[in-house]
Amino acid sequence: MSHFLRRQGWVIGLLALLIVLFIATRIIQPGYGSGDFGSLARAVLPYAFAVAAQTVVVIAGGIDLSVAAMMALTSVTAASMMAGASEEYALLVVPFVLAMGLVLGALNGLLIVVTRVPDIVVTLAMLFVLQGAALLVLDAPGGAAAEWLKALISGTVPIPGLPDAIDAWLPKALLVLVVCLCVIWVPLRRSRLGLSIYAIGSSELAAFRSGVPVKRTRIIAYALSGLFAAFGGLALTMSTGIGAPIPGPYLLASVAAVVLGGVALGGGKGGLLGPIVAVFVLRLVRTDLTLLAIDPNVTAIIEGAIMVAVVMFGAFITMRGRQ
Amino acid sequence: MSTSAITPVPFGRRIKRFMADRPLVPLIILLVILVVILQILRPGIVNERWIANTIKFAIPLAILAGCQTMTMLTGGIDLSVGTVATMSAFIMATQIVSQDPAIAFLLAMMPAVLIGLVNGIGVGVFRVHPLIMTLGTSLIGTGCLQVYQRTVIASGAKIPGFLAWLGTGVTSGFPNALLLFVPLAALIVFTLARTGFGRLLYAVGDNERATRLSGVQYWQVITALYVTSSLLAGITGLLYIGLIKAPSLSLAEPLVLPSVAAAVIGGTSIFGGRGGYTGTIIGALILTVLTTLLTILQMPEGARRILFGLIVLFVTAAYLRIVEER
Repeated sequence: MSHFLRRQGWVIGLLALLIVLFIATRIIQPGYGSGDFGSLARAVLPYAFAVAAQTVVVIAGGIDLSVAAMMALTSVTAASMMAGASEEYALLVVPFVLAMGLVLGALNGLLIVVTRVPDIVVTLAMLFVLQGAALLVLDAPGGAAAEWLKALISGTVPIPGLPDAIDAWLPKALLVLVVCLCVIWVPLRRSRLGLSIYAIGSSELAAFRSGVPVKRTRIIAYALSGLFAAFGGLALTMSTGIGAPIPGPYLLASVAAVVLGGVALGGGKGGLLGPIVAVFVLRLVRTDLTLLAIDPNVTAIIEGAIMVAVVMFGAFITMRGRQ
Repeated sequence: MSTSAITPVPFGRRIKRFMADRPLVPLIILLVILVVILQILRPGIVNERWIANTIKFAIPLAILAGCQTMTMLTGGIDLSVGTVATMSAFIMATQIVSQDPAIAFLLAMMPAVLIGLVNGIGVGVFRVHPLIMTLGTSLIGTGCLQVYQRTVIASGAKIPGFLAWLGTGVTSGFPNALLLFVPLAALIVFTLARTGFGRLLYAVGDNERATRLSGVQYWQVITALYVTSSLLAGITGLLYIGLIKAPSLSLAEPLVLPSVAAAVIGGTSIFGGRGGYTGTIIGALILTVLTTLLTILQMPEGARRILFGLIVLFVTAAYLRIVEER
């Protein structure tokens, strides 16, 4: 038990923080109910996928600056393909866009491995390339999304045998998030590949000497990141109904949530749960600040200050732990 | 193996070794090639006025890239330079309406010092990753700027005459901005190559542990570094507002990523310990010429960005190849 607590201490602390924030939200706004929770889940969706994309790469010891641009590109691609097309056609669009994310992510990894240019520079260059490609696909926000895709994340999940009051707290968006992440992450975490990803993040040399195919693992890690980013892009199109070629604020948010979620930026440590909880914490803080009727500009300052403070605190804890 | 000394080294290898010994040479060659392509595409474009114009636009980028060079030497990066430059430019343009120029200047430099200090303490004392720290402070800075904008919306803004003169003016073929840039660049090069502080930056980036064990106060070096970087960014903001002449809340933001690219193209290692400012200056010139080239080709904005990204990637990869031959 104490072992479990020590290993998961950070995530448990985050969950406690999240609960405290929910209670605070109820105090600020007694009417805060299931509907608001649903919209929170919908707002979190693209952020959560961006964070998942960043997490995989950071665990493998890298960083991906092209996450937001990748989301923009996949989002506009999906939106422009679905514009004026039939509902069934969207069934083809979704796998196509996901495959596109996977391939482009793998390209990121391939470039890093082949050119030996630092990952920051490669993904920075890819940020420009993907942004440019997004602008070529759609030069202004536009396109459309299939109705069933939009319906996929709005409303709640009806579970037979449960009273509506509980049902209402299970937004579809949350379910989509959990299913998409679990289907990929849980088998990965338990497989040899997942272990390799942690290994190359922890120590590339040690991993290489124990027979881990470092290059292949790195490429796969970036491919997975691209896949998650494509999910994020789809989520954007699903929630807005259009695609926008200008990347949103997902890069900074993803890095901040990764750090807040207890994933060491050096690589090799942490899991996916922490960063996802961290996204909820960050979004809920924003909701609370809005509910408190604080000027949105001041909200940006407070949000930034919280992120910086949390990151400093986290670094401080790691430093103390090492001594 | 005495025979190997006599056998002549193949020509290709000799060239490679020559370039590896003088990393500036391939960069200058690339710059010349770009200019020649430009001249071929638009005969007659390369004249005195064009050169002055290119230098004018390259200077703000080069100073910001100087911030990146110095921070990258220690293994860091400073992504808050765009926000800092924008803040000082915006504050200058709005405060000059009611204040004395000297006071407006001091007010404009205040956020730069503050952000630099917070960056330095975060990175140096709390050991936060510089990428995160500077992104975070730039977020806070942007928020503060938006709040500040509301308070001065009534008083309006103007561009001080001497900044416009410095930013856009050309005296007998030379842009006036060189008056600021040449001493500044000389100072940076001198600091990096000849002073104790410069040596410390290389030392910290090369082997932080060894540096600390030999008695260097890590946090003092880092704090001084990030404050310097922010001050340079603030000065760039003032210069840039004189060049662009339209204060906005995202004035210098588009320069941030190119400034990183310029430093990387210039041969500064993002992992620290290797690089210099002269390469960065040429890197900034290359990027500026490249932008002109892509504009002249009349490509859509999207294709321009794609090409820009690909070229940054290609140049860095090629450069690494050459330098690694050593």
